[in-house]
Amino acid sequence: MRRGMSAFNLTSVAFGLAFLYLPIVILVIYSFNASRLVGIWGGWSTRWYVELINDRDMLESAWISLRIAFLSATAATVLGTLAAIALVRAGRFRGRILFTGLVYAPLVMPEVITGLALLLLFVAVEVDRGFWTIAIAHTTLTACFVTVVVQGRLLSFDLSLEEAAMDLGCPPLRTFLTVTLPLIAPALASGWMLAFTLSLDDLVIASFTTGPGATTLPIRIYSEVRLGVKPEINAVCTIIIAVVAVGVIAASLFAKLSGGRERAAPIGAQV
Amino acid sequence: MKGALGQERSWARLFIVFVPYAWLAVFFLVPFVIVLKISLSQTAIAQPPYVPVLDPAGGLAALKEFLAGLSFENYALIATDAIYLISYLRSLEIALLSTAILLLIGFPLAYGMTRAPRRWQAVLFMLVVLPFWTSFLIRIYAWINILQRDGLLNQLLLALRIVDTPPGWLSTDTAIYIGIVYSYLPFMVLPIYAALERMDETLLEAAADLGCPRWKAFWLVTLPLALPGVIAGSLLCFIPIVGEFVIPDLLGGSESMMIGQTLWTEFFTNKDWPVASAVAMVLLCLLVVPLVIYQHLQTRELGKGA
Repeated sequence: MRRGMSAFNLTSVAFGLAFLYLPIVILVIYSFNASRLVGIWGGWSTRWYVELINDRDMLESAWISLRIAFLSATAATVLGTLAAIALVRAGRFRGRILFTGLVYAPLVMPEVITGLALLLLFVAVEVDRGFWTIAIAHTTLTACFVTVVVQGRLLSFDLSLEEAAMDLGCPPLRTFLTVTLPLIAPALASGWMLAFTLSLDDLVIASFTTGPGATTLPIRIYSEVRLGVKPEINAVCTIIIAVVAVGVIAASLFAKLSGGRERAAPIGAQV
Repeated sequence: MKGALGQERSWARLFIVFVPYAWLAVFFLVPFVIVLKISLSQTAIAQPPYVPVLDPAGGLAALKEFLAGLSFENYALIATDAIYLISYLRSLEIALLSTAILLLIGFPLAYGMTRAPRRWQAVLFMLVVLPFWTSFLIRIYAWINILQRDGLLNQLLLALRIVDTPPGWLSTDTAIYIGIVYSYLPFMVLPIYAALERMDETLLEAAADLGCPRWKAFWLVTLPLALPGVIAGSLLCFIPIVGEFVIPDLLGGSESMMIGQTLWTEFFTNKDWPVASAVAMVLLCLLVVPLVIYQHLQTRELGKGA
C-alpha cells in the first residue's frame, strides 16, 4: 500500500497543527511587544521580562510551584510505578477491580470534584492547609498518570530477561533493581516529567487545597488574568512554555538515544 | 504472570499492591465518602461550616444524633431550583457538541498523520503531544489575547473588511467552544492515532485487490478498526468537559454557568459547602455511565497486552 498523503490529508494535518500552534506563537510574539496595549504593536522589547524579574510575588509563587511540582512528581513516580507493577504483574488479588478503578478514575474525573473531595478530607482530619496539602493532592492525581505511562512500558516488556537473571540465581529484588529498573527507566523519566508539568499547571485542585501563604503560580496567574490581559503575564507564559518545550524535547531525544529500538513513547498513546 | 516481582515472594507482592492501594483509598476513595456525608449536612456558621459533626468520642448516642441530623435538603434544593438544572443541562450540551466538533477535527488530523511518510510520523506525533504538556491555563490565556475586542481576530476581520464593527468574541459561547476544542484536541487525536497506527495495512491491500473502492474500504475496514480509539478519545474529552471550570470562567459570559462554575461559586463565593457537595455528587452520578465504559475499555486494553 502506498503511503501517500492526499490533498485532504495534508490539509487536515496542516490545519490541525496551525490551530494548535498559532495561539501559542502569537502569545510568545506579544510578550516582546513594547506597547502595553495588546492591540497595538509598539516594536520589539524585553521590558516585560525585566519587570517580571522585579515582581517578587510572581517569583515567590513560581518558587512554591516548582517545589511542590518536584516533591509531588517524585512521590508520584514511586507510587505510580508500584501501582503499574501491581496492575501488570501481581495477577489476581482481592479488590483488584476497585484498585483499577481508583487508578483510572482520577485521569478523567472533573477537577472540581477531585479538588472539593480532597479539601473536605483535609478539613475532616483538621490539618493546616497549604504547601503540603497541595503536594499530597498533586501526588495523588499525577501518580495515576505515571501508572499509565509505566504500565505501557511494562506491557511491552520482555519477561525472558528477568527469567534469565533468576535462572542464573539472581534473587528477585536484585533482579528488579539490576534488570527491570534500568529497562523501564525511560518510562519512569517521562512519567516524572509528566507529573511535574501537570503539577506545575494545575489551578483547580490547588485552589481547593491551598491555604494561607501557599499561592502557586497558576493561582497567581489566574487571579491576574481575570482582571484582563497583561503583557507581564505574556512574558511569564512564554518562559513556562520555553522551559516545558525544552524539557520535553530533551527527554524524548534522550529516550531515543538510550532506548535504542524502543521508540520514545510520550504520554498520550497509552491514555 | 510471573516476573522478578511476581507471585513467588508474597511480602514483596503485598507491599507493591498495598502501598498504592492504601494511598489511593485514603486520598481518593475516602474523600468521596466525606463529600457524600457533607452533601447530607446543613450549612452552619462554624468551623467546619456545616452540621452535624460526628463526635467519635460520644459513642453510640453521638452516632444516633449524627444520623438524625442528616437530611436530603440539599438534593431537594438542586431538584427544585432551576439554576442547577439549567447548569447541568448546559454542561451536558456543551460537552456533547464540543466532543462532536473535536471528532470532526481530530479524526482527519489523526488519519492524515498515519498517512504521512514514516520518518515524519514521529515528528508529527511529537507536535501533537507538545501542547498537551504546555500549561492548560496558558493555552486558554493565549486565546484571550486573540479574542478580545481589540485583539488579533477582530483586527484581521476588519482588515479583510469582513466586518465593519468589531464583534465581541469574549464572554460568548463561541469562545467557550473554541477554548474547549483547542485544549482537548490532543486528547482526541492521540487515542485515534494509536488505533489507526496499529491497523494492519495489508487489510486495505486485500480490500483493494478484491476490487473494493477506497471510500468503501475506509468505511468497512478503517473506521471499524479505529472505533475503540474514537470511543476512548470521545470519553477522554466528554467526561472532563462536563465538569470544566477554567475555560467557561475565563472565556464565557457570566449570564449562564456550566456546572463546574456553579459548584465553584457555591463553594468559594457562597461558602455553602453542603450544597457544593450535593452538586458534586449529582455530577458524579451523571458521569457514572461514561466513567464505567471508560474503565472497561482501559481494563480491556490492559488485558490485551498481558
